[in-house]
Amino acid sequence: MTHKDDDHHHGDHEHHHDHGSELSEMQLRVRALETILTEKGYVEPAALDAIIEAYETKIGPHNGARVVAKAWTDPKFKQALLADASKAVATLGHVSRVGDHLVAVENTPTQHNMVVCTLCSCYPWEMLGLPPVWYKSAPYRSRTVKDPRGVLKDFGVTLPKDTQIRVWDSTAETRFLVLPMRPAGTEGWSEDKLAELVTRDSMIGTGMPKNPSEIA
Amino acid sequence: MDGVHDMGGMDGFGKVEPAANEPVFHEPWEGRVLAMNRTMGATGAWNIDMSRHSREVLPPHIYLAATYYQKWFLGLRQMLLDRGLIDADEVASGHALRPGKPLKRGPFTLKDVARVLTRGKFGRPTNTEAKFKIGDRVRCKNIHPLGHTRLPRYVRGHVGVVELNHGTQVFPDSAAIDGTENPQWLYTVVFESRQLWGADADPTIKISVDAFEPYLEPA
Repeated sequence: MTHKDDDHHHGDHEHHHDHGSELSEMQLRVRALETILTEKGYVEPAALDAIIEAYETKIGPHNGARVVAKAWTDPKFKQALLADASKAVATLGHVSRVGDHLVAVENTPTQHNMVVCTLCSCYPWEMLGLPPVWYKSAPYRSRTVKDPRGVLKDFGVTLPKDTQIRVWDSTAETRFLVLPMRPAGTEGWSEDKLAELVTRDSMIGTGMPKNPSEIA
Repeated sequence: MDGVHDMGGMDGFGKVEPAANEPVFHEPWEGRVLAMNRTMGATGAWNIDMSRHSREVLPPHIYLAATYYQKWFLGLRQMLLDRGLIDADEVASGHALRPGKPLKRGPFTLKDVARVLTRGKFGRPTNTEAKFKIGDRVRCKNIHPLGHTRLPRYVRGHVGVVELNHGTQVFPDSAAIDGTENPQWLYTVVFESRQLWGADADPTIKISVDAFEPYLEPA
């Protein structure tokens, strides 16, 4: 039994009930395919388990948040990050296996950055984990390059009219990480505490870091 | 291909609906699909461009109606069938009916996991000179390849400025066909919103794509 969590998860979440029969059919089809691949000796179910576990527990926005918090407290690191994010993140060693193609883009009082993938779902997995459903959805992929202010409104974010917006469409293997602005009122905060302010959406450009009072 | 996956600038899909505290996988099968796709890719059965293309070629009504991981599942199963790694009668029976075929890099086991959690490297050295330099004005060619391409429709025919040079990298248009890497120079090209969306567009907005040199011509 390789799907040790199936029974446990089934029905855990309210929204499953809406289309339960469809989902259980998917479950059966996927299970059948895994059985075939396993019986043919192509993959080991334990290896699949380990990959799933890594994305559920180890690789997530906390990786990116550490990078952002470091950039907020260490001007030299920030400079290195903006010059060559892959190299700079690699110097942190334990943060993530980020590869060669990471670019960090800085929000300033005059420019806001947003990241999208109009063609599929490219996203900096090593920094932020797997993308949320909305990032992969047709509304986000279609509108962000044409009406980013409208998209921001869907997230409850309104920018001043004269703020420049830069949208980065991830059409190759380059991955973009937004470096949000450090919130005011955080002078003297430790890197660890600052990292708590850094939300996933603030690193995609669809949100802002938390207000310091939210975690104080 | 000019498929429905190429969504940039389309209207009518409605609002973005962010969800609070979304789980990584909404159902256990989603994780299995993701992991099977990654592991079979790592055995050398396909590359990432082939995997993307397997979803792009889904019929539009299926592409638009399926959830994200349903698309992954359909693409995965088709790639396995196309390569003869599984057969239709096995899918129907839910079991292997004959032994597996040899895999380029061998079966995927627990010790291979770290490999798929590490981001791939796509840079490849070439002896070609970059045709464009930072600051150059370039026009995206009006091309409509029938296969996989990473030049979205909404920039074709439009003029932008080269902003970053990412070196030479695997060219997805070639790699998706037969794995030929055919490395090409890659640039970030930035466009004014009015260049893409007309005189009424908000002038405070700029949009960039990463474009391979074969997509571009001097402007």
